[in-house]
Amino acid sequence: MTRPLLEVNNLTTRFRTERGTVAAVDGVSFQVAPGETLAIVGESGSGKSVTALSVLRLIPNPPGRIESGEILFDGVNLVKLDDPGIRAVRGNKIAMIFQEPMSSLNPALTVGLQVAEPINVHRGTPWAKAYEAATELIGRVRIADAASRLNSYPHQYSGGMRQRVMIAMALACAPRLIIADEPTTALDVTVQAQILDLLKEVTRETGSSLILITHDLGVVARYADRVAVMYGGRIVEVAPARDLYARPQHPYTLGLMASVPRLDGGGGRRLMPIEGQPPDLASLPPGCSFGPRCRSIIPQCRTERPELIQVADRHAKACFANV
Amino acid sequence: MQAYLARRLLALIPALFFASLIVFVIVRLVPGNIIDMMLAQNDVGADKLSRDQLVGALGLDRPMWQQYFHWIGGILLHGDFGRSLWQNTPVRELLGARLPVTFQLGFMALIVALIIAIPIGIYSAIRQDTAGDYLTRSFSILMLAVPSFWMGTMVMVFPSIWWGWSPQVKFVAFTEDPLQNLKQMILPAVILGTALSAITMRLTRTMMLEVLRQDYIRTAWAKGLSENLVVVRHALRNALIPVVTLIGLQAPILIGGAVIVEQIFVIPGMGLLLLDAISQRDYPIITGVSLVIGFCVMLINLAVDLSYGLLDPKVRYR
Repeated sequence: MTRPLLEVNNLTTRFRTERGTVAAVDGVSFQVAPGETLAIVGESGSGKSVTALSVLRLIPNPPGRIESGEILFDGVNLVKLDDPGIRAVRGNKIAMIFQEPMSSLNPALTVGLQVAEPINVHRGTPWAKAYEAATELIGRVRIADAASRLNSYPHQYSGGMRQRVMIAMALACAPRLIIADEPTTALDVTVQAQILDLLKEVTRETGSSLILITHDLGVVARYADRVAVMYGGRIVEVAPARDLYARPQHPYTLGLMASVPRLDGGGGRRLMPIEGQPPDLASLPPGCSFGPRCRSIIPQCRTERPELIQVADRHAKACFANV
Repeated sequence: MQAYLARRLLALIPALFFASLIVFVIVRLVPGNIIDMMLAQNDVGADKLSRDQLVGALGLDRPMWQQYFHWIGGILLHGDFGRSLWQNTPVRELLGARLPVTFQLGFMALIVALIIAIPIGIYSAIRQDTAGDYLTRSFSILMLAVPSFWMGTMVMVFPSIWWGWSPQVKFVAFTEDPLQNLKQMILPAVILGTALSAITMRLTRTMMLEVLRQDYIRTAWAKGLSENLVVVRHALRNALIPVVTLIGLQAPILIGGAVIVEQIFVIPGMGLLLLDAISQRDYPIITGVSLVIGFCVMLINLAVDLSYGLLDPKVRYR
């Protein structure tokens, strides 16, 4: 296997809260190969967004802090970089797209400036040239009439258009990795597919890797090469997308699949919700954090925490039970 | 934009009309009679006849509505604000001499206030809960609590005791000797400005904190911008919108403060003119000065409204 572009080892990010510190991300390890699309799936509060923000060290501190672990990007540990060092990575080698296109663009600055800005900052390209590049980028994300759009403001754009602008901005410095944190959650269903197709297409064109963070298994099936399922701040199963759908191994993954409506096959099959609530990170059970909601629970689950173990080729799960 | 401006300017007319009416009536309701004061000063054994002559000469014998229309008519038709009842000098001349001085003081005070308030407000926000933040916040509360007249008096008194230094009493106009004038004006401007800076600093800090929590600031960080760029390019402009409103609201306070500070430092501005006129019940001066100040405040507020368009692209003037 080629050397991974991004290698996260034992990442733990903690937040201070009124009820003590909680590990929003707890000993997470994963890799992303060059050109690969990795989906990180999980419910709200599973730690998927915090994982993404941790990679670029964008966790607001206080209250959050990366406590341990390493994030190797192209062999460089991002956790250890100084301020100018990490700034040279952000928006340049690793770009990020956020969930809320409505509030993630600066309302007081023109779209052109915001797209051209990373080029100016990272490459020292003069503004006039950076604007030319921005025009091209805006055209590439299929915003019609790009040149005249440069001087407009975000409030003149629809949600889908703004997310296109975010993508253009992310592409500005031809990053080797794009992290998209629920890029379509806030958008209309009809627009969601367009945005994801666009993301897929531009990453294929540029050969950059993509970390796609989502709670939508449907999205995963269509766009991801590999999937990591997160629960309670930990990765509970990781597998190539195809394998995960064909042979889900973790009870939580199974639960997620059973709760997604399908148009094909399973005619008349009832949707099976996962019982109970997502775990409270401040008071996790001693054993497996999914234990209280698990249908296949065995005594070992209550006392010991399952680690991620290989169950098949490139397929790992953190579960004691045989599902 | 032009239509908006035209409408706003038209709206000033009724506002000015009511302002003039109120000013005109109120000064005449102030207890104390100018005739008594004049006669007392001249030590004239005032009989009924000379008293009536004086009232007639000053034009105070006519009904008040006639006096009002005479006064306002003079302003509208000839730009004539009447004459001082005591010195007989045209009020317009007095305004012309005094207005620029007060404007200069107010403008300098505003600049001082902004120079203090904006950077410190920003610093205090981006270094929230550090020693520097606490220090600047304490300073701002102190400045808020200390009235500028007390501050002014202290600045007059203590340096003269300690170093035998005192501000110059003879006023030099900016046009005569700019350097000397600025030297003279800087101290009162600083005193007036610091008092004004306290609230502006607090609001700048609060708004910066609010803006720095926004999603688009996270986007700016994610692009790899330096803290300077994030703060100045991405945060400041959004944070300044309410601050500009505040500055507009402070304009009357600034002028009110100028009245007192001018008195302390013996600066011949509108404030001093107004105070003298009030104590002498010199009606045309009081009404003239008040009307001009009112007009200025209205213009400042219009300027504030227009400045929103520069800061916030969502604002459209229709």
